[in-house]
Amino acid sequence: MTTQTLSSRIEDLVAAVVDPEVPVLTIGDLGVLRGVTVAADGAVAVTITPTYSGCPALGVIEEDIVSVLKAAGYERVAVNTVLSPPWTTDWMTDDARHRLNDYGIAPPGPAGADAEPVVCPQCSATKTTVVSPFGSTACKALMVCEVCREPFDHFKAI
Amino acid sequence: MTITAIAAPLLKYLVRLADDNLVLGQRLSEYIASAPEIEEDLAVANIGLDHIGVAQHLFSYAAEVEGEGRTEDDFAFWRTEREFTNALLVEQPHEGFGELIARQFLFDAYQLELWEALSRSSDERLAGIAAKALKEARYHLRHTSSWVVRLGDGTDESHRRMQDAIGAMWRFTGELFEADDLDRQMADEGVGVDPTTLHQAWTATVDEILAEATLHRPDDPYQASGGRSGMHSEHLGHLLAEMQWMQRTYPGLQW
Repeated sequence: MTTQTLSSRIEDLVAAVVDPEVPVLTIGDLGVLRGVTVAADGAVAVTITPTYSGCPALGVIEEDIVSVLKAAGYERVAVNTVLSPPWTTDWMTDDARHRLNDYGIAPPGPAGADAEPVVCPQCSATKTTVVSPFGSTACKALMVCEVCREPFDHFKAI
Repeated sequence: MTITAIAAPLLKYLVRLADDNLVLGQRLSEYIASAPEIEEDLAVANIGLDHIGVAQHLFSYAAEVEGEGRTEDDFAFWRTEREFTNALLVEQPHEGFGELIARQFLFDAYQLELWEALSRSSDERLAGIAAKALKEARYHLRHTSSWVVRLGDGTDESHRRMQDAIGAMWRFTGELFEADDLDRQMADEGVGVDPTTLHQAWTATVDEILAEATLHRPDDPYQASGGRSGMHSEHLGHLLAEMQWMQRTYPGLQW
């Protein structure tokens, strides 16, 4: 096995680590995972970026990466955090957006274009209003649908 | 534990930026579960968390610059009042929600300009922290502006209290735009920004929102100063006592 394919196999393992706060998404889906490199001596270096500066999930994500790689036999793992370029919801994959919606969280629109209506994940109505711009986690806002009256979370575009 | 005197200008500059965020984050955390509605408990907690996150990134970089094995926790929990170089505004206590919003609004408008300028820093690491914080500051400002307008342009009572709150915080805003030798040196090196250059844009933002809120800009000529050189109001010591007691009571504790 060449280092290249080994590296992509390890990357698949790491990319599948779930976000502890939004367990329907993986760190690969979110774009939180920025890269994986495997040195010639087998040491693995994983680079991640936080969604928000104070994202409390980052520590758990680091531990999960180390434990998933340990379980696969990789003992020497270093997880580095980078802030640049700053994370944006635009990195979220289309597939992830659909899964998020099915899970009941309205996916983010394009960053910097918050005039777009947020679609209710329950009834697909576009008549929705913000209840609170800050929700249960740093990355979400709390909204309500004016048609079906269901409250729901919205993944903020950033 | 002995804390080495902070010598390197970059180190000092990073700590200064971090201190504003840490102290404000701590202040905001005091208000969790005391907001007028549960949505504001969430907002205050989220904004506080953003500030503490920024402080953590800055302290962690400062610790690397210093290279003496300190961690971000050492900076937060093992320095005394005189070693903190935050601006006086962020340590001010709030008498109610109006003052919390006034303090946050005036500071958000400042940080928006600060992070915008620092996102172009020649120091890539600092530029990265700033670019991330800028997105958050923009969101905070949108939220606090909406409250200033809602309360200012609300009932007679809410208008009076919002005006009083802006008045209570106003005397601590001038310090944000004072430049000392460190600011000038950092600006000359392309690492930092001269805060005097941020004042005009800040004033424009503040004036716009105050006008929309039917509030007037206070004309208090007295402006307090001293935080940047460690000369604080009586309030910081109490805040630090609350924030640092556990680490000082149980030195070396691990979570």
